[in-house]
Amino acid sequence: MSAIEVRDVYKEYQRDSQHIPVLSGLTFDVAPADFVALMGPSGSGKTTLLNLIGGIDQPSRGQIVVGGTDIAKLDGRKLAKWRSRNVGFIFQLYNLIPVLTALQNVELPLLLAKMSGKERLQRAKTALELVGLGDRLSHYPRQLSGGQEQRVAIARALVSDPAVLLADEPTGDLDRKSGEEILQLLERLNAEFKKTIVMVTHDPHAAERAHRMVHLDKGVLSN
Amino acid sequence: MNLLSLVLVNLGRNKRRTVLTLMSVTVALFLFCALGGVLDTLADAIKFGSESRLATRNAMGLVFPIPQAYRQRIAAVPGIRRIAVQNWFGGLDPANPHNFFFEFAVDPENFFPMYRSEIEIAEASPPQAQISLPADMDPKLAAFMTEQTACVVSEVLMKKMGWKLGQTITLQGTIYPGSWPFTIRATYRAISQAFGGSGMFFHFKYLEQKGMGGSGAVGVYKLELSHPEQAAEIAKQVDALFENSAASTHTETERAFAAGFVSMYGNIPFVLRVIGLAVAFAILLIAANTMVMAVRERTSEVGVMKTLGFEDSTIFGIVVTEAAVITLGGGVAGSLLAKYAIDTSHFNAGGAFPPMTVHWATVATGISVALVIGAVSGLIPAWQASRLRIVDALRRVE
Repeated sequence: MSAIEVRDVYKEYQRDSQHIPVLSGLTFDVAPADFVALMGPSGSGKTTLLNLIGGIDQPSRGQIVVGGTDIAKLDGRKLAKWRSRNVGFIFQLYNLIPVLTALQNVELPLLLAKMSGKERLQRAKTALELVGLGDRLSHYPRQLSGGQEQRVAIARALVSDPAVLLADEPTGDLDRKSGEEILQLLERLNAEFKKTIVMVTHDPHAAERAHRMVHLDKGVLSN
Repeated sequence: MNLLSLVLVNLGRNKRRTVLTLMSVTVALFLFCALGGVLDTLADAIKFGSESRLATRNAMGLVFPIPQAYRQRIAAVPGIRRIAVQNWFGGLDPANPHNFFFEFAVDPENFFPMYRSEIEIAEASPPQAQISLPADMDPKLAAFMTEQTACVVSEVLMKKMGWKLGQTITLQGTIYPGSWPFTIRATYRAISQAFGGSGMFFHFKYLEQKGMGGSGAVGVYKLELSHPEQAAEIAKQVDALFENSAASTHTETERAFAAGFVSMYGNIPFVLRVIGLAVAFAILLIAANTMVMAVRERTSEVGVMKTLGFEDSTIFGIVVTEAAVITLGGGVAGSLLAKYAIDTSHFNAGGAFPPMTVHWATVATGISVALVIGAVSGLIPAWQASRLRIVDALRRVE
């Protein structure tokens, strides 16, 4: 069974009376523990596809099955619950909460899980240690470098132990060295922890680290 | 960390804004409860007096006296146990003419026994001679009873004016012109706050001889009843006695008599209520504006939280709670501050009212208003945040 199945997916936006097609009949699969790089020019629909797979947007038509669940059929509440358990998001600009420490940022998704405060704290610490930030628990985002912030964001994505990680240009805002560290970390999560990773990137060097590349152009697969 | 600590952390983002909003709510609720305190005090003033005592005055109004000759005829009405004189004096302290306090000329042998359960004699000068007092009169009033220019002053007024027991004070008469020397022979304290703890009583004989020129008139008669449940019937009987007289009477319960004074303030209670509501509405707009700004600044974070799995209802709850914490904090502070400041001021408009107070019910109303303001002011931003689409929220930054 595929970890992610995208079947004949369409996505259109409506602006005034104008229909803007973004994805047009997209079909592809991602195997469990695969590492896929989504590439394509700006406006090709990469981020839209990532959002649909992550259940933060709904397709206009088609079917998206992630971990055996047809997420296009879930209502908002069920989808929120599903997201909290099944996918981890990594954003280009990290999107950490600036008033929370690294530890609190990582703990945030666990507030939705039924577990004790002690257990939450332990899991958040473990996640931060895994990304090499065990000594930065009480640091605020403004006290961290870009690379460190992104690692906190990865720890936050990991802490609920989702099967799928979705990364939108995770190295896009980092220098080469920090970007390299993040890519190594993603590779490790994929190899050691068997996380299925879908990464949107413009950077061919970053895309080479994936097992396979999928090219999008004007809303359709080009390879 | 839990959801409540997340709320508190959010409030700490812009400390200056949070503190200023909290302070504005505090000031508004202080004002709201202070205005409520005025209403509470007016309500207390209406409760002044007893339902079991009657007051008889000239039917044309308080400024018109009634003949003293009525006394015997009133006293003869079955069910009246005791009758006492109470006459407004209206004197001013020349050293401090703006410091208003009430003074009544009374016939003490009837008046003080009539009010024995409402006031107690706190301190008194020793008597110069042995005299016999009515059985139910406080023996401490002996010195006062032997001296026609003596007076009994409330402890509160003594403290306020800096007077001492035994001191002779001189008031300037306004209704009864001239200089009026009085010697303070006793002080009293009100057991019932509604009695009004800031007044002065002196002998009616003194007023009659020095100021009334033998007119044979009196301001008000207070009637103590043997059977209070017959008050309405007795009042009718008293008024019927003088129905066709030159000075017909109006008799009502003491409480209704006191309420008549309060009613002279017309629609002030209504105006105060309107001001209170206007203040509450103004603060609602301020709090709502603050919350809208606070949430708008965090649009992308709301998107991130939703991405992590926070449901719309949780986001809604967090925002509403933030608003409620700010307004509740300010509401509790402002309401309690008003209670403390007003209750400890002991302000009573020179004895025209009982000491000003803010009832706990008003404090509770203030806190409830604050809570409602918080909830309402948070509703719009909370609704906006909960309805926000994740992709739109994240696009704000990216």
